Amino acid sequence: MRTILISCICVIAVISPPMRAQDTAASADRFGALEERIRALESQVAELKTALEASGSAPAPAVAAAPAAQVMPQTAPPPEPVLGGAGGMAKALNPDIGIIGNFVGATGRNNVNAYPSLSLQESEVSFQAIVDPYARADFFLAVGEEGIEVEEGYVTFPALPGNFLLKAGKMRSTFTRVNTFHNHTLPWIDRPMVQFNLMGGSLDEADVGIKEAGLSLSRILPAPIFLEATAELFRGDSGSLFHASRRSDVSNVFHLRSYGDLTESTNLEIGGSYARGHNDVGSDFITHLTGLDATLRWKPLRRAIYRSFSARSEFVWSRRQEDATTQRAFGFFASAEYQLARRWFTGARVDWAERARNASQHDSAESVVLTYWPSEFSQIRGQLRRTRYAEGQTANEFLFQFLFTMGAHGAHPF
Amino acid sequence: MNRQNAGFIQFAVAILVGLWWCIAPFSAAMAKTLNVMTSTEDLASLAREVGGQHATVESIARGYQDPHYVEAKPSFLLKLQKADLLVVVGLGLEIGWLPPLITQSRNARIQMSGGGYLDASTAAAILEKPSGPVTRAMGDVHPLGNPHYWLDPENGRRIAKAIAEKFAQLDPEDAAYFEQRYQDFERRLQEADKRWLEAMAPLKGTEVITYHNSWPSFTDHFGLRVGGFVEPKPGIPPSPAHTLEVINQIKKDQIKLILVEPYFDLKTPKAIAAQTGAQVLVMLPSVGGVPEVASYLQLFDYNIRLLQGALAGQK
Repeated sequence: MRTILISCICVIAVISPPMRAQDTAASADRFGALEERIRALESQVAELKTALEASGSAPAPAVAAAPAAQVMPQTAPPPEPVLGGAGGMAKALNPDIGIIGNFVGATGRNNVNAYPSLSLQESEVSFQAIVDPYARADFFLAVGEEGIEVEEGYVTFPALPGNFLLKAGKMRSTFTRVNTFHNHTLPWIDRPMVQFNLMGGSLDEADVGIKEAGLSLSRILPAPIFLEATAELFRGDSGSLFHASRRSDVSNVFHLRSYGDLTESTNLEIGGSYARGHNDVGSDFITHLTGLDATLRWKPLRRAIYRSFSARSEFVWSRRQEDATTQRAFGFFASAEYQLARRWFTGARVDWAERARNASQHDSAESVVLTYWPSEFSQIRGQLRRTRYAEGQTANEFLFQFLFTMGAHGAHPF
Repeated sequence: MNRQNAGFIQFAVAILVGLWWCIAPFSAAMAKTLNVMTSTEDLASLAREVGGQHATVESIARGYQDPHYVEAKPSFLLKLQKADLLVVVGLGLEIGWLPPLITQSRNARIQMSGGGYLDASTAAAILEKPSGPVTRAMGDVHPLGNPHYWLDPENGRRIAKAIAEKFAQLDPEDAAYFEQRYQDFERRLQEADKRWLEAMAPLKGTEVITYHNSWPSFTDHFGLRVGGFVEPKPGIPPSPAHTLEVINQIKKDQIKLILVEPYFDLKTPKAIAAQTGAQVLVMLPSVGGVPEVASYLQLFDYNIRLLQGALAGQK
């Protein structure tokens, strides 16, 4: 039996090369025929496509399906759905770009600090993107009638060792809460008076506060509540507040922010700030600022889009060294905002501030505000403001504002 | 450098040293229990199904909250800072509040580039991907597709599988445990889905009005048809003219049901119902919308029971 089996294997081994040659020749013929057929089918498909495009009619499924049915096995599984959202390839690697128009008008009499009757004031162009696996960057350009200014432009390293967060570039300082707000996120048309009088900038500026080129390092501290410490080092030039005569005349800001949820809907935030920098009298003359801010918010989660309330207040103490004396000035504001309905907000603000360069003079103001949100991308706001200036003049004004957002504008921190 | 400056720089250095001193010790090794944060309760429920005792899971948004509008409270940062994994819905649903939380969390793991970031939409079948131009004239549209995709049980299965795979990456020692938990969840989900489809069979083809465009994945899976919306456009509150259009449409097409999410005002839906005889149903788009709906499976049980009750009431 074994002999027969071995003999058969030997015979097969001897005759198989010619058989393989014959098979190869037959296969070549078959492939040739198939190629011819594929070419013919391709030309038919091309003719059909041309005819369809010319006629504009829908494709006839029977024609296309016939050859496919011959190829497809009868038990083919249904096609898997394409998972994931629509591709964002159109904007791949480009930053999110947004523009926020800020059109402001004013009526009434103000002989001390009059807004223009109508102006496109400090519109904001933003570019925001992730730079690489280690950093993201945010650029906010303030585009006004007088030109373009980098309002903020910084890189953020969000994942440093030790849970630090570092920002480098030009940025709004964390000195008090409202200083960090961009104009379009304010619940009023103007900034509080204390920012003009004590935190730099002249009264006719639309945008004031401490914003400089520098570094900001912050960390959440281990505590039972949220406690964030921030230390900032700036170049030392911020409006009329700080002035660097030499490279070493840097300014510093420290901020401690605490936050606690009182209930699911209510929370309280309290912050303390300190800033120090050289002033325009000279390198040896320092201006110290101390700030205290408090914000109470209420927003019921089930009706978050219809009702909310917030009250905030900020107190600032200024100590400005001058040639012969030290000016000690104080200012504050207190405000409240209530959401009446999904689109309607109302609010009021009280301002009182001495002037940093002449603490014997003080200004005060009261405002009421009504805001209508056609959508979350636009706002229409009116503000009645009564201002009493140290010069003895009183200004009664009505300010109005149209804010409108185009493109992608990233969310602002809480 | 004058004495004032020198003193102040010393002070600044002391502050920075103090901050460094406060550094919590780094976790030397991967914890055996994964610390998982999710943006919504639905993802949290799916993560709990898969993670079992090897994952502690918490959601940022509550189930009765509109997930488009969540406050990015600093208290969330304390939780995100310690998270091994963040699971998000994606497709722009959380774009108004989540990105600053991620950046400020100071947690390298959950940054988009980190290994602990999972966008659940990448695993799901997404409906309504725009094929033409998208502008804000369409309202608050989502250019990447409808983000309420978890309301299709099949997507729930896909998300759970993606979470199980991510868990296995982060905690390879417990990979078999997560796989077994996923298999068990898949089996229970399939059984439940069979039951839900049977229960919904009498409602197949029923036309409904919904407040917001939250339900395409749900209605697609269960064979309902959405005839229109109470909102004239996504994110735009109902206007009198549009409300009148909806009333006329309901009368013309004899639509019987108006589905409303729990975070929307019922005033307009009830006014429409009063004019047309349609029934308003407060359906839950998320786990936790009411206390008794504590899991992904219970979410469908609840909604389908509501729809069945409405159908029985109409007979």
